[in-house]
Amino acid sequence: MAAGFKIAEPLEYHRSFLKENCRPDGRELSEFRTTTLNIGSISTADGSALVKVGNTTVMCGIKVELTNPLVEAPGKGFIGFVRVHQENRRRPASQFIADVIESSEVIQTEDLCIERGKLCWVLYCDMMCVDYDGNVLDACIIALLAALKNTKLPEVTINKDTGAPEVNLEKRKGLNIRKHPVGASFCVFDDSILIVDPTAEEEGLSTSHLTVVTDEKARLCVVHKPGGTPLSAEKLQECIGRATARQREIQKLVDKVIHSVKTAQ
Amino acid sequence: MMEVCGSTNVSLREFGCEQTLLSRPDGSASFVQGDTSVIAAVYGPAEVKVSKEIYDRATLEVLIQPKVGLPSVRERSQEQCVRETCEASLLLTLHPRSSLTLVLQLIHDDGSRLACFLNAACMALMDAGLPMSCLFCGVTCAINADSEIITDPTAESRALMTFAIDSKEQRVMMSYTKGSFSVHELQQCIAVSQKASENIFQFYRDSVRRRYSKNL
Repeated sequence: MAAGFKIAEPLEYHRSFLKENCRPDGRELSEFRTTTLNIGSISTADGSALVKVGNTTVMCGIKVELTNPLVEAPGKGFIGFVRVHQENRRRPASQFIADVIESSEVIQTEDLCIERGKLCWVLYCDMMCVDYDGNVLDACIIALLAALKNTKLPEVTINKDTGAPEVNLEKRKGLNIRKHPVGASFCVFDDSILIVDPTAEEEGLSTSHLTVVTDEKARLCVVHKPGGTPLSAEKLQECIGRATARQREIQKLVDKVIHSVKTAQ
Repeated sequence: MMEVCGSTNVSLREFGCEQTLLSRPDGSASFVQGDTSVIAAVYGPAEVKVSKEIYDRATLEVLIQPKVGLPSVRERSQEQCVRETCEASLLLTLHPRSSLTLVLQLIHDDGSRLACFLNAACMALMDAGLPMSCLFCGVTCAINADSEIITDPTAESRALMTFAIDSKEQRVMMSYTKGSFSVHELQQCIAVSQKASENIFQFYRDSVRRRYSKNL
């Protein structure tokens, strides 16, 4: 009976739950789904992470390569492509993640420079959404952060005689992660009800989406609201408050997992 | 070119607009903000491909063409911002199973590109006579190294934000930000953008009034 109602009138089905201040999967309006994190599972990548937020699963792999620095920035390395692979959708998540990296200054590009004007590291980030159940942007940011923390750069010395770089794959040191940006996505139902961490169905039925990315100093890196119905200032403030709380939870989770990987090695 | 705004003073560059400049599309407009210039063209309501049709609403498609080269991921993300803003203000349910196409061509970029796209899109939709529940405008705000807030910036800054404000209640419809900033700075920028949007809506009113008074 309920299954039939859900297919015939999905919006009314969701509204009947929202009236009772809860959602079809039993969550509160401001509750995030369980987040699980696995680091370093891809041995061929220099850094990797697998994140599951509810059913949404995102895999991130980072590869580093040596290259010449860009002409206009001889003292810095750079981030190469950031690609988010998601089938059936032309969603511009790739641009969003590239903006997050740049706006949050999660890594300082000066750290990627080996020899000014001659040699630097370039990072290629690839993200694959293995299972889509809404809120892929948050999962991508968490995966990216964890993968960057997991990335180890091999030691490079420049041979004085030949000028060629010598890479020592055995000795590696981690990237210097300066900030920890974490995102929280919200969507608005019927112009008034705000829900956190939407599933794919809820995303499809909502009238507007919002993603707020904050770092540990409670500074906002990205406030991404790609159109949709207008949002009032109080609701925006509420979202920012919730995002800051989420940032602390996720940072603890990532640190815990990194620590456990280190002690296991 | 750009000016720093005080507590109640908001300044934008000169803007100019021309409607119905193209003959083939159903609606077109060009919007100029300082040196940044965009042309928008609207086609519709028209036949829609069965794969893209929605049974109870019109399907809006936005295409952004950069000045040089092919559209890239950055244009896709701007298209999403413009499309969802337009979908929220157009009365799409009046044209079910139809398609609306909005094409935006960047002529020259001197800062405030996304805001200029939004303004040109709104004027073109009005020119096409499509029913809308409210008008919207784009305002760009930047926070420079001295933590001053500047509207309609042309130079580099610590943080850059573009907002789409609606005309009914001056609320934020769309937000796109780059760089990091505090919550307080965000609130201030939104307040400044809302003030600046009044100028832009007044400009819309004046240009439409001027155009239709000639016809009479």
